[in-house]
Amino acid sequence: MMKQQKYFVSGNEAVALGVQRSRTQVVTAYPITPQTVAMERLSEMVADGELRTEFMLVESEHSALSAAMGASAMGTRTFTATSSQGLLYMAECLHYASGGRWPIVMMNANRSVALPWSIFGDQRDSLSLLDSGWIQVYVEDAQEAFDMIIQAFAIAEDEQVLTPVMVNLDGFTLTHTYEPVFVPTQEAVDAFLPPYQAPVKMDLDRPLNMAFSSTPPNNMEFKYQQHQAMEAARPVIAQVEQAFHAHFGRAYGGLIDAYRCDDAERILVTVGTVTGTARQAVDQLREQGQKVGLLKIRFMRPFPHEEVARALRHARAVGVLDRDISFGYEGTVFTNVNSALIGNKVVPPALNFIAGLGGRDIGVEDIEKMFERLAAAMDGKAAKRVEFIHLGVATDE
Amino acid sequence: MNNAVFSSRNMTEQEFFFGHKACAGCGGALAVRLALKVLGERTFAALPAGCMSAVGFIYPQMAFGINAIISTFAGTASMLAGMAAAARAQGLEDVHIVGFAGDGGTADIGIQALSGAIDRGERIIYICYDNEAYMNTGTQKSGLTPLGARTTTTPDGSVVGGSTTKKKNMFDIVAAHGIDYAATASIGYYQDYMNKVLRASQCGGTAYIHVMAPCPTGWGIPTEHALTIARESVDCGLWYLAEYSQGKYRLNQRPETFTPVEDYLRKQGRFKHLQSDDIAQAVRDRDARWQYMLTQWSDA
Ligand SMILES: Cc1ncc(C[n+]2csc(CCOP(=O)(O)OP(=O)(O)O)c2C)c(N)n1
Ligand code: SF4
Ligand SMILES: [Mg+2]
Repeated sequence: MMKQQKYFVSGNEAVALGVQRSRTQVVTAYPITPQTVAMERLSEMVADGELRTEFMLVESEHSALSAAMGASAMGTRTFTATSSQGLLYMAECLHYASGGRWPIVMMNANRSVALPWSIFGDQRDSLSLLDSGWIQVYVEDAQEAFDMIIQAFAIAEDEQVLTPVMVNLDGFTLTHTYEPVFVPTQEAVDAFLPPYQAPVKMDLDRPLNMAFSSTPPNNMEFKYQQHQAMEAARPVIAQVEQAFHAHFGRAYGGLIDAYRCDDAERILVTVGTVTGTARQAVDQLREQGQKVGLLKIRFMRPFPHEEVARALRHARAVGVLDRDISFGYEGTVFTNVNSALIGNKVVPPALNFIAGLGGRDIGVEDIEKMFERLAAAMDGKAAKRVEFIHLGVATDE
Repeated sequence: MNNAVFSSRNMTEQEFFFGHKACAGCGGALAVRLALKVLGERTFAALPAGCMSAVGFIYPQMAFGINAIISTFAGTASMLAGMAAAARAQGLEDVHIVGFAGDGGTADIGIQALSGAIDRGERIIYICYDNEAYMNTGTQKSGLTPLGARTTTTPDGSVVGGSTTKKKNMFDIVAAHGIDYAATASIGYYQDYMNKVLRASQCGGTAYIHVMAPCPTGWGIPTEHALTIARESVDCGLWYLAEYSQGKYRLNQRPETFTPVEDYLRKQGRFKHLQSDDIAQAVRDRDARWQYMLTQWSDA
């Protein structure tokens, strides 16, 4: 195993280190809390000569991704970062980038969406853009953030995939929390991630017209190919993780990460940093002899429908914790999990817990309450399908 | 800096924009074609949503002989900037990064990205082909539609007749950034235009060219009149040929007498409804603008 240096850094800084170690050629930046620190660290690296990149301070997030697309279309490794309002401001460009098949990597600091204004965390920003054609991965700690920036380039740039990747970090809880992170040497990362060789790019020897328009007789074929590329990403994600493990000794379980699920009667599904709290709750309940488990979904796209169904197939009740709500229905993670369960003919009672919106704390006791609800559902008692957890206002219940 | 290099005699026979689906007599298509003759094959172009991208990139028929890409409507200048950054990152030298955006794509939705690119001093050439309305969507009013012009969103109604706002002054707005090179042009004076493209490509920084490019379809003129009407827009003084660099403005043409504004307007369907008051207003606005240019641009 290669030698790795231990840093004590925040999630944002871990991302900046990942961008540096990936030898990113073009970085476009626009500030928004809580992503800003990542860009500040990159600026410092550029100022101190530690990062050789074309660093562009653009005038909006729309331009940040637009410039990134121009750079990627020319065949360079490209990174940008945003959050919340900025991600939404990019919406047009998100679809454009995936349709253009440009392997851009973007960090998104998950943050609530106005109105009301809130700089604090939930996942309504990225989940509302689930259909924009980006691979979406959600990481749990700073080490995983660093590792996934490097892996994201390897996944995005794979010829079968050529699809942009959004690496999501929960705002503040991860972006601003300091943790030890092991950082391999530049040579070690170079050995894992060679320079990007774009199979298709604007080229003086072979001029191309790109990002063209289509007509009804051919548009669907392009969309089908995009879908195929996303499907092709499944094995590529696994291969990249295997190779990463061989190089650096760390692995995260691929599309999902199941914890104490094997004999679990009740399983809670989580996305992002809340998984840490949930793991603690599961351990406590296990000590009391309760058969509970935890399923962390790492990739929301491509969605691990088979893996989720397999992990949940023996559960007698399933809960999905959503830091999101699609008003007028339910949480988006819940919708996706349910579809996976039904599609694979696994149909335990399933409940949706809406929690942690706009930075609201989710404590161990909240998770325990969710498992209590699941116990009731398991015993056939009537339960609320979609429940807001830890509400500070009186409800009609 | 103003040695005329391009003329109809020495311009290349090579074509870089052909086989597209623009209407007959399209001024925008000519502006793109001529500029690419100046810039040559080591050129990377970005075009936002608008007529020129709509007619040039219909899969599988691609109309550009150089590297070209459609940008988002608002993202011409930012995509160009990203391309320029990538060219630097890859050590590509002697290349031109050029954008061709319409009046709507420039003065309205794309002005933020354009302003940012000028501010950063990006090495790009941004060419606004001005046909004075959102043509690709069917002739709606843009920020560069002149006062009184009939468009589909400023119809000639019984209460309001045509556009109620004046044309934004993009050349001044761009120059106010302290850009390296800016110019106005007209496809009616194509030699002047092509030489400005050449100077833009040699300025070593950010360049902006605003070229009047009539649209026969939207203006209500015969297809064979685009060039003459473009020339007349300058001759009557409603448009002007100027340059800006190193903090100085220069008028390239200072007509002794203007041809009648009324003749220019009456030839176009979009101005058919104008009353004599409206025409008098157009003349007053023209005179005020010339007064301004001649007095404020001390080097004019
Ligand atoms: C974000 C966005 N808004 C609106 C449009 C619709 N649209 C496409 S082309 C166009 C008109 C372009 O006008 P202009 O820039 O003047 O170029 P022209 O078509 O006149 O050449 C509009 C409104 C779009 N493609 N994208
Ligand atoms: S509508 Fe006008 S600008 Fe568009 S292609 Fe036709 S002539 Fe050219
Ligand atoms: Mg127009």
